[in-house]
Amino acid sequence: MRLERRETVPLALVATAPLVAIFAALVLAAGLIGAAGVNPLSAYAEMLRGALGSRLSITEMLTRATPLILTGLAAAVAFRARLWNIGGEGQFYVGALVTAWVGHSLGLPGPIGIAVLMVCGMAAGALLLAGPAFLRLRFGVDEVVTTLLLNFIVILFVGLMIEGPLRDPLAFGWPQSVPVDGDYRLPDLVPRTRLHIGLLFAIAAAGVVWLVLTRTVFGVETRAAGLNARAAAFAGISLPRTIMGVALVSGALAGLAGAVEVMGVTGGVTTTMSPGFGYAGIVVAMLAALHPAGVVTAAIFVATVFVGADAMSRATGVPSFIADVIVALSLLTMLVALLFTNYRLRR
Amino acid sequence: MTAVLELSNITKRFGALTANEDVSLSLAQGEILALLGENGAGKTTLMNILFGHYEADEGEVRVFGETLPPGKPRAAIAAGVGMVHQHFTLAGNLTVLENVMLGSEPMGRLRSDKATARKKLMAISERFGLPVDPDSKVSRLSVGERQRIEILKALYRDARILILDEPTAVLARPEAERLFETLRGMTKDGLSLIFISHKLHEVMAASDRVAVLRGGRMVAERKTALTSPAELAELMVGRRVDRPVREDQSIGAPVLVADQVTVMDDGDTKLDEVSFTVHAGEILGIVGVSGNGQGALGALLSGLMHPSAGTLTLDGVDAGQLGPRGLIKAGAARVPEDRHAEGAVGEMTVWENAVLERLRSAEFSKSGFVRQSAARAHAADLIKRFDVRGASPDTRIRLLSGGNMQKLILGRCLATGPRFLIANQPTRGLDEGAIAAVHAELLAARAEGAAILLISEELEEAVQLSDRIQAIVKGRLSQPIMAGEADSRKLGLMMAGVWEDSDAA
Repeated sequence: MRLERRETVPLALVATAPLVAIFAALVLAAGLIGAAGVNPLSAYAEMLRGALGSRLSITEMLTRATPLILTGLAAAVAFRARLWNIGGEGQFYVGALVTAWVGHSLGLPGPIGIAVLMVCGMAAGALLLAGPAFLRLRFGVDEVVTTLLLNFIVILFVGLMIEGPLRDPLAFGWPQSVPVDGDYRLPDLVPRTRLHIGLLFAIAAAGVVWLVLTRTVFGVETRAAGLNARAAAFAGISLPRTIMGVALVSGALAGLAGAVEVMGVTGGVTTTMSPGFGYAGIVVAMLAALHPAGVVTAAIFVATVFVGADAMSRATGVPSFIADVIVALSLLTMLVALLFTNYRLRR
Repeated sequence: MTAVLELSNITKRFGALTANEDVSLSLAQGEILALLGENGAGKTTLMNILFGHYEADEGEVRVFGETLPPGKPRAAIAAGVGMVHQHFTLAGNLTVLENVMLGSEPMGRLRSDKATARKKLMAISERFGLPVDPDSKVSRLSVGERQRIEILKALYRDARILILDEPTAVLARPEAERLFETLRGMTKDGLSLIFISHKLHEVMAASDRVAVLRGGRMVAERKTALTSPAELAELMVGRRVDRPVREDQSIGAPVLVADQVTVMDDGDTKLDEVSFTVHAGEILGIVGVSGNGQGALGALLSGLMHPSAGTLTLDGVDAGQLGPRGLIKAGAARVPEDRHAEGAVGEMTVWENAVLERLRSAEFSKSGFVRQSAARAHAADLIKRFDVRGASPDTRIRLLSGGNMQKLILGRCLATGPRFLIANQPTRGLDEGAIAAVHAELLAARAEGAAILLISEELEEAVQLSDRIQAIVKGRLSQPIMAGEADSRKLGLMMAGVWEDSDAA
């Protein structure tokens, strides 16, 4: 038996690969749910009901999808250029931290302040990824290692700040940073829910990323550099400049996720505000086959699992950690599915 | 004579592509059989089936009367078949002896029996006239010596049938002649040989019998003594293909001038004080055995490497530090050595590849956005003007055949009417029809007044196209000679670096 590269990859195959992958992940996770003594089918039914069963649950799910769209875009942009940014989690947190810090005492009117804070969050995320990108370009340091390890450094730094200089004196000792000024809280999209207009920003970001990747010189050069670096260099595309540009965009998107989450949901920063948005963004990007439009859909799937798993846990007693298992499994199954979209098995 | 090897009715398909169709072939004891065919004719596939790398869809392989189990290289080795691949499979950081022993000892053994192995290797080396130093590191050996190790490796495993895939691809002509002498001697010892080639002259010189493959089918078998190069060429291509002929024309002013240029890479001297001048309306051919600095010369003229000493000027302006886009702006065009690795991004479309070099020019972008319709129109124009078949602007370029991809790359270069063109191995791996088309385009550009530097390992091509020829040896360039004065003996000496002695004398 051997793998043989497909001459052409049918579009139908590309489109169905994530569905097959998700199905396979659910089947595999069913084994664990069964081991916990619960009928997997009823567990999944609870999960669906919990995420999509009511207006409130749908808004909760979309609230959760908002940062995932942005971290998913961050991973997709980077991976297309073969920049392995595993640091979305850290970039999310610096974006959040800087937003809370600047937004606590920023003397600007609401909408302008919100825009400034988003730029601040983006700049923070971009700068955080610029470091590892520089080290890779200058010294060949593997960015997988540096971006991954920076996540822990950043989260510990956030812990330091919210125990110290940015501690919220009104939080009764709860480890939480000072909140952003009330003027800078994002308006609700649906009244009396947590869903905020950050969702629209995220969807707009997906559109902009799509436009940049497909229509601009930067996008075409990025794609060329990712697909065949030697040919790109031969054509005169500067690889360092391209990689650095990609790093800034990717880091900015993840930082924006943190900024939007602070202004839209949490107000201040805690070290537990992200249930792994940065890491889940990698799964989202892969499920989307790195396509910006796919990122929105994939983020909704992952958010459904996250939100639904909580409800399922309450109803059936299966630990909600099953959500992490399903998301992680779907990354693995998606990688296998991608292999089979590009190759076929022959004996 | 008895057949030591028989392939009967072999058919092999890869998806929709039939690589071999109903091919039968036999090899007699002590015979040298040449397997002749163009690239993509199915020669290598056939030999890989024989050696067990691939499984045939139909047909069987018999060695010394025994049917080989399909898909098992170990069974082929055990039956006495040895294969010398075109790309060597040696570990550079090990010694010759270690390389030869590698894989022939059981994995579980703790100590390897080097003394016995050394004795056996030296005995084989002596018997077949293949001298080696068993203790030198492979990375220090020349390509000719490495090939000798590959052959010894096969003989060490008691091969009685040896298959050589394009054995002369990396050898200079004297080395190639020596190799064939050695092979001839080996047949006297009872070995039987198949060598794969697309070079007519060596097939004529070295084989007893020729089998011609075309489009996956066996189209003819001839006794070498009873055929001619012309007949073989026609059998191989399936029709008469005439390469275009260079017309005499007057040569213009110097366009590209290199004066004592040295190029270093990681502390190694890749080009050593090379000097050459390419004039308008002239093709300067650079010949040489592969790996003598052609890569660095191509990279220098493509803007990927820069001189560390000496000057490179294009139309009198310093061009050494320009880089790819600067060179293109200054009027240079570049055909890279490896069209898949450097010339094109396979997963991108024809139109994207067509404009990739000039993406930032006003013609194809405006305030950061790609002018897609202009780019598509340009690609469609190239496809039409340069006869690129099987392509539309939105085809992924990976799906084009080698010849059509090369025509597109050449078109991308020539569309702008360049002052200078570097063509590095422009016909490598192409079939006769595509070669003729590429030659015609190069000559047309020359007629338009372009200064062309052609790097080629095909002597015939270099002589046919070039006005003047220089040889490259170990990063140094010979003095130019007029193509009219070049005969194969003179070129052979130049490529062996003999000019330096004659300079000194």
